[in-house]
Amino acid sequence: MKAVCWLDKHQVGVQDVADPEILTPRDAIVRITATAICGSDLHLYNGLVPTMKAGDVLGHEFMGEVVEVGREVKNLRVGDRVVVPFPIACGRCAQCERGLSSLCENSNPNAWMAEKIWGYSPAGIFGYSHLLGGYPGGQSQYARVPFADVGPLKIPSGVPDDAALFLSDIFPTGFMGAELCEIEPGDVVAVWGCGPVGQFAIKSATLLGAERVIAIDRFPARLRMAREQSGAETIDYEAVDVHDALKEMTGGRGPDACIDAVGMEAHAPGVVGAYDRVKQAVGLETDRPYALRQAIMACRSGGTVAVIGVYAGFVDKFPFGVVMNRSLTIRSGQAHVHRYMRPLLDRIEQGQIDPGFVITHRLPLAEAARGYEMFLHKQDDCVKVVLTP
Amino acid sequence: MPTHGTGRRAQGTVVALGWLGVVLGLAGLLLPRRTARMAGVPAGRPALTALRLVGLRELACGLGILARPRAAGWLWARVAGALVDLGLLGTALTSRGARPGRIAAAAAGVAGVAALDARAARALARAGDGTANGHAVTARKTITIGRPADELYRFCRDVGNLPRFMVRLQSVEALGDRRTRWRARGPGGAIVQWEAEIVEDRPGRLIAWRALPGSRLDHAGAVHFERAPGGRGTEIAVELAYTPPAGTLGAVIARGLGRAPEQELQEDLRRLKQLVETGDIAVAGSLRGETPPAEPRRPPPRAVATGGRR
Repeated sequence: MKAVCWLDKHQVGVQDVADPEILTPRDAIVRITATAICGSDLHLYNGLVPTMKAGDVLGHEFMGEVVEVGREVKNLRVGDRVVVPFPIACGRCAQCERGLSSLCENSNPNAWMAEKIWGYSPAGIFGYSHLLGGYPGGQSQYARVPFADVGPLKIPSGVPDDAALFLSDIFPTGFMGAELCEIEPGDVVAVWGCGPVGQFAIKSATLLGAERVIAIDRFPARLRMAREQSGAETIDYEAVDVHDALKEMTGGRGPDACIDAVGMEAHAPGVVGAYDRVKQAVGLETDRPYALRQAIMACRSGGTVAVIGVYAGFVDKFPFGVVMNRSLTIRSGQAHVHRYMRPLLDRIEQGQIDPGFVITHRLPLAEAARGYEMFLHKQDDCVKVVLTP
Repeated sequence: MPTHGTGRRAQGTVVALGWLGVVLGLAGLLLPRRTARMAGVPAGRPALTALRLVGLRELACGLGILARPRAAGWLWARVAGALVDLGLLGTALTSRGARPGRIAAAAAGVAGVAALDARAARALARAGDGTANGHAVTARKTITIGRPADELYRFCRDVGNLPRFMVRLQSVEALGDRRTRWRARGPGGAIVQWEAEIVEDRPGRLIAWRALPGSRLDHAGAVHFERAPGGRGTEIAVELAYTPPAGTLGAVIARGLGRAPEQELQEDLRRLKQLVETGDIAVAGSLRGETPPAEPRRPPPRAVATGGRR
């Protein structure tokens, strides 16, 4: 089969790899009908996530048709249309039972690697480094899906791929960011980053009752999307000082909650941006926390900062004194996709949201390399690339 | 089960002794004149030189003790140094301007610290600091599994289950109620076999075993089962020890076993948890036969700690 393989930094290619097989009775094989490039795939593309090996199959946002099931997978039949959540979760450990599927204790065969840098291991993730399991990903024609009896969600025929695909990651991720803010009536929520996850965080904040949502980015097309799709107000961080603008827009209080949907590769103008870029380049910090620092500084006293952008390791100049002295709450996590898929599918079916709005480009799988470049450099106002195997 | 307290107390003494060495060393090195006066030794040129050298040695030993992991060796080195110091103090007694009272006090101090050093070094060896005694390979790991203790006890007591999650074991056979025969892969694929006897068996609580006399490998182990708080199942703690008879095949095997015994035991326990909680052991590949159980054969890349460089 054809699959998008990570080859080296800034190098991906479509290669022929062996078709996957059922390995355990709880596996299923899915023939992929739609898959997407995630913003977090760009961290792999930029070589910022360790333990990638040449030939690793990429991709953790995918859906398709079940073509084979293990004998213990009773809930799926060959021919079912399913969306697959990006964290691999057993459904039976203490974390899974608590609904924290991205913390599954049993799905990372390389847990020891993650323990070395993070203390404990989170769940395995499709196509996302050996540190997180070394599972082949879903930017391919077929994928082996472990724990298929608890992961994949069946999609009714009335819901097209475009609307369902993003239940695999970015819609639940953005939604969780908004949910972590515990939004109350009247709240103003600020969202850093208007990429695909940011768009869903913005939309979700309005769905969860935020009075106003303020979106921060530098690309006019992305800011426009936030305004048009979710009714957000917007700030271009290259045009104005974000801190002053937020203060001004909130009567001097600051936003009640802030969502960092940017993560470890934030861009910042001027000296601060250069400082973090240099430190990251020489390995003195793994992550550039510019958006996070700004969110913490801007948040209302006693407010919440939700972090759903991906961070890998260490950050510098983290303003912890702000967190402590102003009683901020910081919440974070990889999305616990399993618990969000069903309720979010309900919202899609009820017409509250059509997640397809983020798609700007469609390419055949064979042109994945062009998709990565286009997405990385935001060419042609690229927000989201969907690949068709 | 070893308690953590004793080991820690020994460690505390060691740290204090290390710092004492650093302080005394710096005093001798930087303030030899004042040190000489305190010790009642006349501050002539040879005495000052000797004090500087002693200071340097003390500093080195102190830092060596603090840095570990071979603290015991440095402690014994300092005991030897103390004997030299006592000799030097004895010589100083005969020189002009010596103050016998102060010299005697200094000698008592040196002897006292040496006694403490020797005691701490022996305590380290007793606390199972593998580097101190150089022979026994020990490992202890614990994991929480979401199953009742009785069920896990029964699973492990059926020794034939052990190779399902312990990668190094090829087979374990029950030869009777308490006797078992173990076959394990050593380094280079060599198979080593031994017989063991269950020496303690408390249903739902503890299984302890020991290799029978005459085995090529002196091996002992224990599994403790304890209820985890908050309905989270059972905390399992495993202790393993291998003591190879010197200079035999057993030594080679134990070295192989000992390369990363703690890590290997951790992986074995993780597989046990996967097996009983999910019904299978997690595999990442997509093809049958291409994924042996994940096993840390080498440390993770340094890039992990220093940013995304490969």
